[in-house]
Amino acid sequence: MSPEDIRLLAADVLAGIAPEADLGTVGEHEDLREALDLDSMDFLNFIIGLSQRSGRPIPESDYPQLFTLQGLVRYLSS
Amino acid sequence: MADFLMPALGADMETGRVVQWLVAPGATVKSGDVVAVVETHKGAIDVEIFLDGVIHDLVPLNTPLPVGAVLARVALPDAAPVTATPALAQTPTLAPALPQQRLTATAAAAPAPAPARPRISPAARQRARQLGIDPVTLQGHGADAVVTLADVERAAAARSAAMPASAVPPARGGGFDPAQMRQAIAAAMARSKREIPHYYLGQSIDFAAASDWITRWNADRPPEQRLLPAVLLLKATARALQAVPPLNGFWENGSFRAGDGIHIGWAIALRGGGLVAPAIHHADRLSLSELMEHLRDLVQRARSGGLRSSELTDPTITVTSLGDRGADSVYGVIYPPQVAIVGFGRVQPQPWVVDGQIVVRPVLQASLAADHRASDGHLGGQLLAAIDKALQAPETL
Repeated sequence: MSPEDIRLLAADVLAGIAPEADLGTVGEHEDLREALDLDSMDFLNFIIGLSQRSGRPIPESDYPQLFTLQGLVRYLSS
Repeated sequence: MADFLMPALGADMETGRVVQWLVAPGATVKSGDVVAVVETHKGAIDVEIFLDGVIHDLVPLNTPLPVGAVLARVALPDAAPVTATPALAQTPTLAPALPQQRLTATAAAAPAPAPARPRISPAARQRARQLGIDPVTLQGHGADAVVTLADVERAAAARSAAMPASAVPPARGGGFDPAQMRQAIAAAMARSKREIPHYYLGQSIDFAAASDWITRWNADRPPEQRLLPAVLLLKATARALQAVPPLNGFWENGSFRAGDGIHIGWAIALRGGGLVAPAIHHADRLSLSELMEHLRDLVQRARSGGLRSSELTDPTITVTSLGDRGADSVYGVIYPPQVAIVGFGRVQPQPWVVDGQIVVRPVLQASLAADHRASDGHLGGQLLAAIDKALQAPETL
């Protein structure tokens, strides 16, 4: 997936979890959970959505790599 | 004949209004069926009926009615022998109010009643009503096909393009409103603080065993089968309540009434403000995976609409967990007529003494606020101790 595709995917998954959250307002290095006020259930749902639609298993030990937009793009494009 | 009444969906509800009937007049209803959608300050709630018979005299939609008002009448089978009129036989006459799709879904779901209406966010529901759009006609594009505000606006734009402006029904106000919810919470909590003599207890719990167990459980499972620490807290509390039943129930008319099961009200913060604590019924009997499934479903429905009336009327205790980004500890305010609320703060690494040595452990601050009319601190301490003990053996939960 290209970085652009990953961003679109993330925004799409997020829209279902926090419809009012706008990924466009989040900085590259900001913690998504803080910036968008995601609790642990929201974040798990975010991971489930990303995993199902990217086909990647995303083990729990990798979660910290997906806390920022930059980390998420890097992780899913690798 | 029996009356089907506006339920009291919690101590903080005074009025509600039916925004959708899911049955037609003359339909046969069974105890447990979801028959109406009632709009309250907690959003749209799927209201179950606990009568068997044939339903008549449905109140008109969108009329504000107090708790206890008659919403419909039900002819009970033994009272009035009814020539069986299957709900479906009547459906065609109701086409304008209830599209065929809805009735088919309701009928199909009858043996195990489930809300068949589309999931819709509270904001979208309110906007749809203002615009006079029936949500069932909308295609949802949110998570799990939830109808979002954008879907409603899209439908409105499409319609106004196709329809002269004069045909658009006048806007109606009301519906889910954060300010109204705030007011309702204020009323319930003020009543709690005025009437309930709270006592408070706190306990630090070593969360290492629970944390390690969850890590191992989650390691080789796909994300949708993973557990959150919250389910261990839920199950541990449910188990502890089995051992300390006087904290599970209600204070009514000057005495304690034990709950008819352990139905834990799980406090869920709503986006945009407000709080709702719907029940997970018989939490002590559910496996951790089942609890996780219930929890995910409950959070989704609390936020997008579709909580059931029994989930709001049945909690025998409340649990509030602040999650991994919350404060260190929380001391709750009891939701009347319950007699206790258990609080869990964020799990954090802390110095901890093991065998006279200081080690670093993930530590959880558990708390209890309980009604002194119903119990004393000694008993409350037993509950927290039992929760602690259960969390030291997560494999048994």
